Amino acid sequence: MTTLILAEHDNAALLGATARAVLAALEIGAPIHVLVAGHNATGIAQSAAKLEGVEKVLLIDHESLAHGAPEPVSEAVVAVAAAYSHLGAPATTYGKSIMPRVAALLGVMQVSEITKVLSAHSFERPVYAGAAIETVEATADKIVFTVRASAFDAVGEGGSAPVETVEFTPTMRTSRFVGRESAGGGGPDLASAKIVVSGGRALGSAEQFNAIIQPLAEKLGAAIGASRAAVDAGYAPNDWQVGQTGKVVAPDLYIAVGISGAIQHLAGMKNSKVIVAIDKDPDAPIFAVADYGLVADIFEAVPELTKAL
Amino acid sequence: MKILVPVKRVLDANVAVRVKPDGTGVDLTNLRMSMNPFDEIAVEEAARLKEAGIVQTVTAVSIGPAQATDTLRAALAMGADDAILVKADGPVEPLAVAKILKALVETHQPDLVIMGKQAIDGDSGQVAQMLSALLGWPQATFASKVEMNGSIVRVTREVDGGLETIEMDLPAVISTDLRLNNPRRASLPSVMQAKKKPLEEIDAASLGVALEPTLRIASTLPPPGRKPGSRVESVSELIDKLKNEARVI
Ligand SMILES: Cc1cc2nc3c(=O)[nH]c(=O)nc-3n(C[C@H](O)[C@H](O)[C@H](O)COP(=O)(O)OP(=O)(O)OC[C@H]3O[C@@H](n4cnc5c(N)ncnc54)[C@H](O)[C@@H]3O)c2cc1C
Repeated sequence: MTTLILAEHDNAALLGATARAVLAALEIGAPIHVLVAGHNATGIAQSAAKLEGVEKVLLIDHESLAHGAPEPVSEAVVAVAAAYSHLGAPATTYGKSIMPRVAALLGVMQVSEITKVLSAHSFERPVYAGAAIETVEATADKIVFTVRASAFDAVGEGGSAPVETVEFTPTMRTSRFVGRESAGGGGPDLASAKIVVSGGRALGSAEQFNAIIQPLAEKLGAAIGASRAAVDAGYAPNDWQVGQTGKVVAPDLYIAVGISGAIQHLAGMKNSKVIVAIDKDPDAPIFAVADYGLVADIFEAVPELTKAL
Repeated sequence: MKILVPVKRVLDANVAVRVKPDGTGVDLTNLRMSMNPFDEIAVEEAARLKEAGIVQTVTAVSIGPAQATDTLRAALAMGADDAILVKADGPVEPLAVAKILKALVETHQPDLVIMGKQAIDGDSGQVAQMLSALLGWPQATFASKVEMNGSIVRVTREVDGGLETIEMDLPAVISTDLRLNNPRRASLPSVMQAKKKPLEEIDAASLGVALEPTLRIASTLPPPGRKPGSRVESVSELIDKLKNEARVI
């Protein structure tokens, strides 16, 4: 048995979700190799080689892989798959786009977004927006999985694995990269931040979202999140959405500001260590998961909180 | 041009999920079932491309029990031209769904498959990518904008860190994200009309795809509960609790 983890990167740096997927792989109990598929990605392979628990890094460097197009990247994974019993990636938009392709090309199912490793063949994963937890047993000779990064800590960086280059030529028809618009913000990364402040529909406008949420987040060194309603209304960019169909976070402290707590939102934050809810409706479902609930008008309470910190 | 839109019948998003006490699954008896919300977005997008004159035929397909006919009628009412029910009782895994869809693509030859990025029951998020891989067609997951330009489609995708734009040559597979469009509510006349639109039924077995699940669901249990929290009366009490009780700031 050996596990291959596909590294998540933006062709400039290795991204944090990789170290969390490696921790999940450690719990499987087999030796771990990491695959870096990119272009001019030697530096990324060197970063991956430092991850503790990694025995070898495979580097596939090809211009078709420069923007992480899922068609050639999945082909690259399949090209080295013969040597592995387990193939996984973080369940980010990158991993989610690639791994089901790998599974289909290998003729097996994927076990999506595992939150716990029970054994080399048995995993827990949430379904129905986290309203139920399934224990899934996979018996195929190849197990393809994605890892919910928020459910695992990151491994450290004390390792020094060898890097091996693998030749690769893509053959599949592929999508073509045109451009990327980053959400900006510049604050801490939502997926790995220790504190998250999220705003909901109650903010009422993009201006008020910025005026109320941003100063509090800055004071706390927090990342900013949002409910779907806030994103749909244009108060916040799409990649701030927390929930069943957005990002799943589990920070030490999650502060929900004017968010009612629909199950689809709870799915993305209810495993946070400490949850604070500020909402004027005492019956809002968010209070059912909040460790500390404050029934108040956010336009008064939040500026007061920011000032007092 | 032709579009194939797969739709799934799922527990309605507004219905509270009840996990069966014996751990065998989620109780669906007598609960409201609806079209998976992401699939509604896919049907809406296909209907709009048809209304814009870019697409001639929109075919909806559902794999599931006889009641999935309701889901297909809903798609027809939203603007699909015809529908196919692939009859299968019991759960069908994403890989089998992708194989069934591949067989239908081969017989119906659509230029584009538009489908939801995930079904809100299993939350697996696999079928579009699997179908694209099996067909050897390019894919665009998590679409928030679709622009057709002859035989090229340009898609804006919701990705971690922002938005990405890609182009694909047709034929191709697209999966929809929430902000692609706001699906219409079908009008009463279109609901009536939908009853007369063609709906073909075929047996999943006739497509030669094995339906037995390959993953074993050993148990389905409610998530561990959180311990009950408390109300604070003021901002200063909140700060005190966060500093001295929870010690998170
Ligand atoms: C398929 C599907 C997927 C979804 N995915 C997601 C997802 O990933 N993430 C997500 O968040 N949602 C998701 N949703 C949407 C979800 O169901 C809710 O509609 C959404 O979370 C509501 O956002 P909200 O809490 O900001 O708005 P609302 O539910 O409108 O809540 C606003 C809250 O603000 C309070 N309020 C208003 N004014 C004030 C004030 N001045 N002071 C204090 N409080 C105030 C109100 O009392 C209320 O509790 C999804 C839905 C579907 C169907």
